[in-house]
Amino acid sequence: MKESRLMKGNEALAEAVIRSGCDAYFGYPITPQSEILEYLSLEAHKRTGMVVLQAESEVASINMVYGAAGTGKRAMTSSSSPGISLMQEGISYIACAELPCLLVNVVRGGPGLGTIQPSQGDYFQAVKGGGHGDYRMIVLAPSNVQEMVDFVRLGFDLAFKWRNPVMILADGALGQMMEKVELFEQMQRKTNIEPWATVGKPKDRERNIITSLHIKPDKMEEINLHLQAKYKEIEKEETRFATIDCDDAEVILTAYGLVARICQKAAQLARAKGIKVGVFRPKTLFPFPYDAINKLAAKENIKGFLDVEMNAGQMVEDVRLAVNGQKKVEFHGRMGGIVPSPEEILAKIEEKFVGELV
Amino acid sequence: MNEKTMLEEDLREQEVDQAECIFCNENIVYEKPDTLLDTPMHYCPGCGHGVAHRLIAEVISELGIQENTIGVAPVGCAVFAYNYLNIDMQEAAHGRASAVATGIKRVMPEKYVFSYQGDGDLAAIGTAETIHTCNRGENILIVFINNAIYGMTGGQMAPTTLPGMKTTTSPFGRDVLTMGNPLKITEIVATLPGVYYCTRTAVNTPANVRRAKKAILKSFEYQKLNKGLCFVEIVSDCPSNWKMNPVQANKWLEENMLPYYPLGDLKVPNEKEN
Repeated sequence: MKESRLMKGNEALAEAVIRSGCDAYFGYPITPQSEILEYLSLEAHKRTGMVVLQAESEVASINMVYGAAGTGKRAMTSSSSPGISLMQEGISYIACAELPCLLVNVVRGGPGLGTIQPSQGDYFQAVKGGGHGDYRMIVLAPSNVQEMVDFVRLGFDLAFKWRNPVMILADGALGQMMEKVELFEQMQRKTNIEPWATVGKPKDRERNIITSLHIKPDKMEEINLHLQAKYKEIEKEETRFATIDCDDAEVILTAYGLVARICQKAAQLARAKGIKVGVFRPKTLFPFPYDAINKLAAKENIKGFLDVEMNAGQMVEDVRLAVNGQKKVEFHGRMGGIVPSPEEILAKIEEKFVGELV
Repeated sequence: MNEKTMLEEDLREQEVDQAECIFCNENIVYEKPDTLLDTPMHYCPGCGHGVAHRLIAEVISELGIQENTIGVAPVGCAVFAYNYLNIDMQEAAHGRASAVATGIKRVMPEKYVFSYQGDGDLAAIGTAETIHTCNRGENILIVFINNAIYGMTGGQMAPTTLPGMKTTTSPFGRDVLTMGNPLKITEIVATLPGVYYCTRTAVNTPANVRRAKKAILKSFEYQKLNKGLCFVEIVSDCPSNWKMNPVQANKWLEENMLPYYPLGDLKVPNEKEN
């Protein structure tokens, strides 16, 4: 039976980590996500025996994840924007060595030390690479505390299915707010040994090497082509999104995470005024639902898109690529930890689209 | 083929005949351990890495722990160590080997884990990881190759470069006023309670090579007993970047490195407590 609880986003995520049968968490405190490390430090080891270790830095955390993930165990870390920046080298190594692991970024406002308030300023970093070289993470964007729970299990599943790092891209508000969540039942810790894992070489197999170093260019290109082919497969199979009232809509709000919920409220306000507004919410930011948005843009009743984000306009670039000039794409963004209100989004809809609408 | 090369060919054949006569089964006093692969090493003549690799391989083979050992080799000349050692290995980012080793050991405490790091890796970019891994007393072995120079990138100043020593980035000699003094990281980690055994060895003479092997052997034995972190520094040569031949390098090591980095144990277990 599923268990319901009222929980803070960070703690709900940490609870899901324990229940997912995670083997090891390595992390370093940073607001607004320190509750994850705190909750795990208190609960995890006594319940499942999982390793919880406070590292000396985010740089150490991500490299501990590298080591543990290289043994085929479920390993993870979490942090917030500046800490995730410190991890980028390690993430690039992990992506190239094809190690499955879960990374959580409870995003705060930047650039620099910025603010501890919520932001979506790390979209480019998470979705387009962040570290050096051509690689991708699978990026999941929770919109509520329930998804902070559900995406932990999904994240580990996808990480092992594709041997790829998966990032949950949340924000400070999702981490700090409390909602009712349904928790999945405790899962077993992993017992199977991955064939590629470095667990000690038995006599009857070749040694396993975890590396991202291939000094010969033809080999390195081969690795790159393999990764790109994998990312294409991921695009085909793992694209996830949600549509709300898009069927009869004239204006589509595109938004991810917390902002998508605010957009839902804005759409309701708009409909009360007789403006038909729908919401399109990507749940995976990589892979991005280009095709779904492209098809939506082709529909006659759709006049245009308003992309809303807590940044200066990052996902909107992908929305524009997807719409591909079929309809106009407007943008509304707030930065520095300011969360947009439904009313200001409504005002933007009216400013940009009313008059053009029949 | 001219006369000279024909003569050389003949000589070579003679040498091969002689070698076959000498290297027959009953004369063998040393065999390559099965943990060491046949891959030709990329190290320069006179480099200490080859000897250090062999010592680790010998110890692993002798203890019979090949199936339970995972090595970590970070960026540096020894980043390709996995090409030579017949065990599961992870390559690590520059400076992060002890964090990677921590990750491995924490999820598989029953396995033997070691990292193999150079001076730039361990004592410059990876200083934080080194100190904290040692301070946590991770139950692993850290092998620290100190040759006072960055080998892989071509002879730049290392944290352990000696005062006055010329490198490509201290072309007028290391000026301690502006570049700092050589970092005695082994002395530093020896002060940490998490470190169980800490010693400095070298691979410049047969006697020192034997001592280095003993230190590595002891470290794996301590790891089996969950004693905590073992730290083995190996003072080593880098003839290519020191711009010397191997014989000169060994002499220079003896005369310059060892006075600054004296050999011997820096921390030994209190046997009474055990």
